[in-house]
Amino acid sequence: MNEINITDILLVSTALFFVGVYGFFTRRNMITMLMSVELILNSVNINFVAFNKYLFPQNLDGIFFTIFIITIAAAEAAVAIAIIINMYRSHHSVDVEDATDLKY
Amino acid sequence: MNSTVIMFYCISAFILGTGILAVTTGKIFRSAIWLLFSMMGIAGLYFWMQMEFIAAVQIIVYVGGIVVLIIFSIFLTQKSGEEMPKPPLTKTIFSLLAAILGFTFSYLLIYQYGFNDGNAPFELKVSDIGLKMLDTGEHGFILPFEVISVLLLAALVGCIVIAMKVKSIEE
Repeated sequence: MNEINITDILLVSTALFFVGVYGFFTRRNMITMLMSVELILNSVNINFVAFNKYLFPQNLDGIFFTIFIITIAAAEAAVAIAIIINMYRSHHSVDVEDATDLKY
Repeated sequence: MNSTVIMFYCISAFILGTGILAVTTGKIFRSAIWLLFSMMGIAGLYFWMQMEFIAAVQIIVYVGGIVVLIIFSIFLTQKSGEEMPKPPLTKTIFSLLAAILGFTFSYLLIYQYGFNDGNAPFELKVSDIGLKMLDTGEHGFILPFEVISVLLLAALVGCIVIAMKVKSIEE
């Protein structure tokens, strides 16, 4: 209790991951689903940084993975929002239930 | 129970509380603002772990970039003052069940694994990150760096192509 070790940080990041999973399951609006995915990616980043700091303090690999994941997340958010805006232009809705053109 | 431990619990409660609010609030704009606070809390957690560089990158890219992008897209596509329709009750219950089961499973795995953190001192120098990023030697990261820069360029061009307004053919 007097010292924070890696298990506590992993507990926080696991909880954040499943908060994101819950949001991804319940939301139907594409933008809020994108927000849940951002929460999931952030919890993964916390994991990498914690592993780097507590388990392998002589390396920097976790830091680099975090930086690359942040870059990929930025690219992913930009592409997702472009798709959402394009879909809003053609369907006048960003609800996933309305995106059924490729369904059958 | 010293001040570092108390600070860790405060930051964790802040992250999780604002994260839960971000996925459960009814209004979409409030949800984006709660997400912004959650990202700030995660940056605070990086500061707590003495990773100042990663915390700065987190604030610049997530808080200053992605959340602002999400807010702009909300303004472009939504009536942001309206309540969103609530999910059906069975969906909520089963999602909650899935999340809680997954959390319990992962937590049991983590708890029983028994990490042995050696408590070796860790200091992060930004110059080390820069040197390693451009290192062409055995453990350098020059190849992923170049690949990711090409990917970013491709993503930006792709975004423009996708979101560009197409003139109709008969014109």
